[in-house]
Amino acid sequence: MLGLVRCILGFSLIIFIANTATASDRKFNLGQIASSEEVAGWDIDVRPDGFGAPIGSGTAFSGEEIYAEVCAACHGDFGEGADRWPPLVGGEGSLASHDPEKTTTSYWPFASTIFDYIYRAMPYGEAQSLSYDETYEIVAYLLYMGDIIEEDFVLSDKNIGEIEMPNKDGFLLPDPRPDIMNTHGNPCMTNCQVSTNIIGKARDIDVTPEDE
Amino acid sequence: MKKNKKKELSTFKKINRRDLIIGASSIGAFSLTPKKLLSEEANPENLPPNLPEWTQYLGDGVDVNPYGMPSEFEGHVIRRNVEWLTASAESSVNFTPLQDLEGIVTPNGLCFERHHGGVSVINPQDFRLMINGLVDREMIFTLDDLKRFPQTNKFYFLECAANGGMEWRGSQLNGCQYTFGMVHNVQYTGVKLSDLLLETGLKEKAKWVLAEGSDSSGMTRSIPIEKILDDCIIAWAMNGEALRPEQGYPARLVVPGWEGNMWVKWIRRLEFGDKPYMTREETSKYTDLLTSGKARMFTWVMDAKSVITSPSPEKPILAKGLHQLRGLAWSGRGKIKRVDVSIDGGKNWKTAQLHSPVLSKSLTRFTLPFEWNGEELLLQSRAIDETNYVQPTISELQKIRGVNSIYHNNSIATWLVSKNGKVDNVRLG
Ligand code: HEC
Repeated sequence: MLGLVRCILGFSLIIFIANTATASDRKFNLGQIASSEEVAGWDIDVRPDGFGAPIGSGTAFSGEEIYAEVCAACHGDFGEGADRWPPLVGGEGSLASHDPEKTTTSYWPFASTIFDYIYRAMPYGEAQSLSYDETYEIVAYLLYMGDIIEEDFVLSDKNIGEIEMPNKDGFLLPDPRPDIMNTHGNPCMTNCQVSTNIIGKARDIDVTPEDE
Repeated sequence: MKKNKKKELSTFKKINRRDLIIGASSIGAFSLTPKKLLSEEANPENLPPNLPEWTQYLGDGVDVNPYGMPSEFEGHVIRRNVEWLTASAESSVNFTPLQDLEGIVTPNGLCFERHHGGVSVINPQDFRLMINGLVDREMIFTLDDLKRFPQTNKFYFLECAANGGMEWRGSQLNGCQYTFGMVHNVQYTGVKLSDLLLETGLKEKAKWVLAEGSDSSGMTRSIPIEKILDDCIIAWAMNGEALRPEQGYPARLVVPGWEGNMWVKWIRRLEFGDKPYMTREETSKYTDLLTSGKARMFTWVMDAKSVITSPSPEKPILAKGLHQLRGLAWSGRGKIKRVDVSIDGGKNWKTAQLHSPVLSKSLTRFTLPFEWNGEELLLQSRAIDETNYVQPTISELQKIRGVNSIYHNNSIATWLVSKNGKVDNVRLG
């Protein structure tokens, strides 16, 4: 992945910083040392290998109730999505179709991401209001609805890094772009062989907002 | 006496504003022919040999507008959104009115907005940037601390990876603003992360940074350390003044040339680690689904792109004769080298004039004079960047990526100019 970003300047700076770091001198003497309590309060991210997962646990069985209470109004009783709010489960087998449905269980490659995102951002407009246990319960409930775990499976900080998501191999790295490089800066300038038939007009689709 | 004159003046303004609103809505609805539009806008009493009121009477004094606003006659130059796109305005997007802008600088109030949890309101005294993880010293910086570091001032474009995302399957939105307006270009003032990190030190194992926002979406993205040390900035100012609230006040991350979602606003934390974090925004979103059902991940760079801003669906041609075709080009890989323009749907091309400054990873202005005699035109522009990458056609992109990619549509658009001067977003094939 890293080989992608070829930047000589970047590499030379890494070495420079690594060297100065061993010297205890700070270059500008600005800012404060963060205490471990300060860091703990803000360091809420959870990585695919489970690094950062807060201590706690929960089952789908216990998650159903809290999900119905705080999530279902927007995301539907079964994660199918209410009104225009996004669905959270479903769409299995749809990714290669004309109308793919990307949900936590059909598309997301890691269970950690579901925990991380729900804890930091949901319920919408009341971020970081769930307890860690409640978050494990809700994640377990979503995974259960996606047939990824059993109803009584105890999801916790110990095993969230080991859950195998159905689409874990669905992502391609590294970025192959530029994937279109056929003319190397010298594209056709005159009498080019292109079709100029009009096959569609935005006006006919008629979804453009108009000023009042 | 003086008061009376003031009164006259303000009624005079009101009448003109009403005229203008009529004019602007006509453009939106395309209900008037261009000729009628023109004749409705000018008031003959203000034209030679008559004496307009503004020539005779005093205007506003210096204190009327402590913070100046655009002329009231520019009321149509605003950000616009597409309501049906999203479920809630707090997690939504609006678009820069590129068709009304000149040069390369986007005025601060017109920079498109994209939030996932609304606009945070932060007293700068309460701002803290935390740096933790694989550093020698975990540290916290105030805004004043950041401003005491060596400073950098750079122009960069910011483009949402979903700009043009509605156009993958066909031409959907009939406007330059709606199809290209998720881009803006301002001068940032801030501290380079390579300078800031001299203060914390960096452990050798540090390979990735998690950038985290303090808004209610807790926006997070993983960024490889080479990029962070190359040209990323923590910025607190844009175009010479403090960041606008909707652009991350008091401080945001600047990730030159890379997709806008990574430019975390209202930044609160940078965590250094040895692996990517795989956040929701780089798995569920901002991954590019191919027809195989597999998706590209970590597609960060914004490839070269260009758009003709006038004529465009919002800027019909109003008269025969000479016109200046205007447009913008940009590339996340460096400078724009050349822009070609076609008036016959891509059969023949002419190279446009680039206007200085031509900066790396910045919008670049191009123009090309053309003569219009009432014939149908198929306008296209094609950018070439300094890596010799040529902006592709949509069918070139579709062949490789299908139509469900959502992100990274940098293809050439086609504007059809009809015989009456109206302009439409069309798809050729
Ligand atoms: C008021 C409506 C609302 C409520 C209540 C709500 N959400 Fe959401 N949810 C949203 C919106 C809006 C988004 C999309 C946010 C964005 O655009 O970034 C979202 C996104 C999500 C996503 C990411 C979906 C994706 O495909 O990327 C997950 C997972 C999620 N919510 C889980 C939950 C859970 C669990 C709860 C209950 C604890 C919850 N939400 C409560 C509105 C809501």
